[in-house]
Amino acid sequence: MRTFRIGGVHPPENKLSAGKKIETLALPKQAVLPLSQHIGAPATPIVKKGDVVKVGTQIAQPGGFVSAAIFSSVSGKVAKIDEVVDASGYRKPAVYIDVEGDEWEESIDRTDTLVKECTLTPEEIIAKIKDAGIVGMGGACFPTHVKLMPPPGNVANILIINAVECEPYLTADHELMMEKPEQIMVGVSILMKAIKVSKAVIGIENNKPDAIQLMAKVASAYPGIEVMPLKVKYPQGGEKQLIDAVISRQVASGALPISTGAVVQNVGTAYAVYEAVQKNKPLFERVVTVTGKSLKNPSNFLVRMGTPMSMLIEAAGGMPEDTGKIIGGGPMMGKALVNADVPVCKGSSGVLLMNDKEAGRGEMQPCIRCAKCVSACPMGLEPYLLATLSAHADWERVEKEDVMSCIECGSCQFTCPSHRPILDFVRLGKGKVGAIIRSRKK
Amino acid sequence: MENKLIVSLSPHVHNGDSVQKNMYGVIIALIPALLVSFYMFGLGAAIVTITSVAACVFFEWAITKFILKRDHSTILDGSAILTGILLAFNLPSNLPVWIIIIGALVAIGIGKMTFGGLGCNPFNPALVGRVFLLISFPVQMTSWPVAGQLTSYIDAETAATPLALMKQAVHGDAGALAQLPDVWSLFLGNNPGCIGEISALALLLGLAYMLWKKIISWHIPVSILATVFVFAGLLHWANPEVYASPFVHLFTGGLMLGAIFMATDYVTSPMSHKGMVIYGVAIGFLTVVIRTFGAYPEGMSFAILIMNAFTPLINTYCKPKRFGEVVKK
Repeated sequence: MRTFRIGGVHPPENKLSAGKKIETLALPKQAVLPLSQHIGAPATPIVKKGDVVKVGTQIAQPGGFVSAAIFSSVSGKVAKIDEVVDASGYRKPAVYIDVEGDEWEESIDRTDTLVKECTLTPEEIIAKIKDAGIVGMGGACFPTHVKLMPPPGNVANILIINAVECEPYLTADHELMMEKPEQIMVGVSILMKAIKVSKAVIGIENNKPDAIQLMAKVASAYPGIEVMPLKVKYPQGGEKQLIDAVISRQVASGALPISTGAVVQNVGTAYAVYEAVQKNKPLFERVVTVTGKSLKNPSNFLVRMGTPMSMLIEAAGGMPEDTGKIIGGGPMMGKALVNADVPVCKGSSGVLLMNDKEAGRGEMQPCIRCAKCVSACPMGLEPYLLATLSAHADWERVEKEDVMSCIECGSCQFTCPSHRPILDFVRLGKGKVGAIIRSRKK
Repeated sequence: MENKLIVSLSPHVHNGDSVQKNMYGVIIALIPALLVSFYMFGLGAAIVTITSVAACVFFEWAITKFILKRDHSTILDGSAILTGILLAFNLPSNLPVWIIIIGALVAIGIGKMTFGGLGCNPFNPALVGRVFLLISFPVQMTSWPVAGQLTSYIDAETAATPLALMKQAVHGDAGALAQLPDVWSLFLGNNPGCIGEISALALLLGLAYMLWKKIISWHIPVSILATVFVFAGLLHWANPEVYASPFVHLFTGGLMLGAIFMATDYVTSPMSHKGMVIYGVAIGFLTVVIRTFGAYPEGMSFAILIMNAFTPLINTYCKPKRFGEVVKK
């Protein structure tokens, strides 16, 4: 069975919410929609206080080429445009909407009928994806339309669908595949048409045999789409690792993934593309896993954007007494939230509650140079060295040791027997070196 | 509620490994060899091992507290105990207690704590102690009790080790190689030598345990053993009268102990797999060179210490294979 070739670790899977059907969460009283839910320029609001909006009404337009539109997830009145602390921990401008009823834009097809036929041209498909505000749903939130338009000189020859879900605990993609396989296949076909390729591979780790079986069965009716089971290994869901696993080609340092001829899209993105192109439904809701060892009912919810995380936790049995940390996303790459009122955004794949015991870090000991971080690094770097050089502020050498190739997957820190905060220091080095490189270009 | 939330950077989980688990893992891997040493040398082995471990732990504690003046003692992390066992394993079973204590002081004091303690030492502390004793007390360090004298200690009857016989052969004693025990008894450990090094079988069991528990990777031990086998095999093939068979090389002296437990010391060995192989091949080569052509019958300790010195250089020039360097089709 295939997998990527360098490094990797096996964190305990803890898929507590596996097999839990996707439930639709109740509407919030107020939806808070940050204007920056994607990589790139923040969106520009096109509504003002007092405006009446429906579900699916555009409230902000892209603020540049690499940016995405934002749509209202609820119907009601714009209460204010103000700041909110989002999952990143920073204050970001957001549109606050007081919810009244649940009135949808008429153009949206709310039926369950599967629409297979798509007669649009590739350009029309990409325009529609852009107009629906779709971004990568795996967590990185890169605007999807940008990825579908390779820069001149690059030609796509394969579409890889990331259904790996290698983060422990998360099951949103898994459940989506179990419940909406046909829709996902149509979405994949549309993406294939958009980038003009005849082959697509859906990569699924073999800890989800039911999804592999179901998806393979459904895929047989769609020409060119193949389901590939992958050996379980973290971080297989990293774009570069997944390309290596599926087509055995490694993106050169500093190059774009498209240089290998592969375009990677998340399985959740494929579903969003289906809804946008075939059902005229812009991106304003998504599946979110709510999980944690102390949580009563780990669940998968269909949630409108802008819903506070606290509502999800409430619906899953309430905040456990012993909660020590709330994580937006998975335990390997997710971000610790400053409070439970952070709104669900386009990239929110999960909420993970850790109890007091799990929340802290182990006691740091001296580096014993065991080289386990070197073996674990999926980018072939030397994490111990990068961390030491960063701690000594030797930015020149940090750059020379390829710090910018780090994907921040956390495998090094996960394996370190001395509990050293390796990735904290590597991030510091990456930030400094990134700034130095930018200033050099100017 | 909100006040007690921890906000830290990812990753938020850890695999549960620790310095202690690794150190005690190595100690568990040493148990078969320890049992063999008790079985072969009885009282002597017990006295040497206990003295060495107690002295190493004591010196680490005393130096941390009174010289470095650190509040946090590291004696429980297992590394001092491990150094003690490994030092003892490299000593003959009739060594007087006061010499063992000097060895422990040098191992921990000079070999380890001088450089700042765990993780900072460039040379393997147990080998620093052993080589210091070998040079300072050559007579006591090279008199080897015959196995099987369970109740004797300093008064034990001694005999030449297989390595000494091999050296005699190189120096022209034509009958020396014929006096060697057969390969099978060398493999099991029924011959004179340092207390922990005699049984290749017991040490290989330890290797299997450490590989299974992923405490070490295969690169260093395998490259050392393969190099010794090939190089000694070539010499033997060229002149079997003078040069002992490669199997005798593999199963005698400190080769197994060195390749499995000493050269693989985390702190003093290279970080990349490529580097580990270069390090292992060089150790294997140097060992056979010293054994065959050098002044001492055994070269393992010297070979490892020499390559310890090269480890920073190897780390500088042997980088792991970076992602994306793989040649595209």
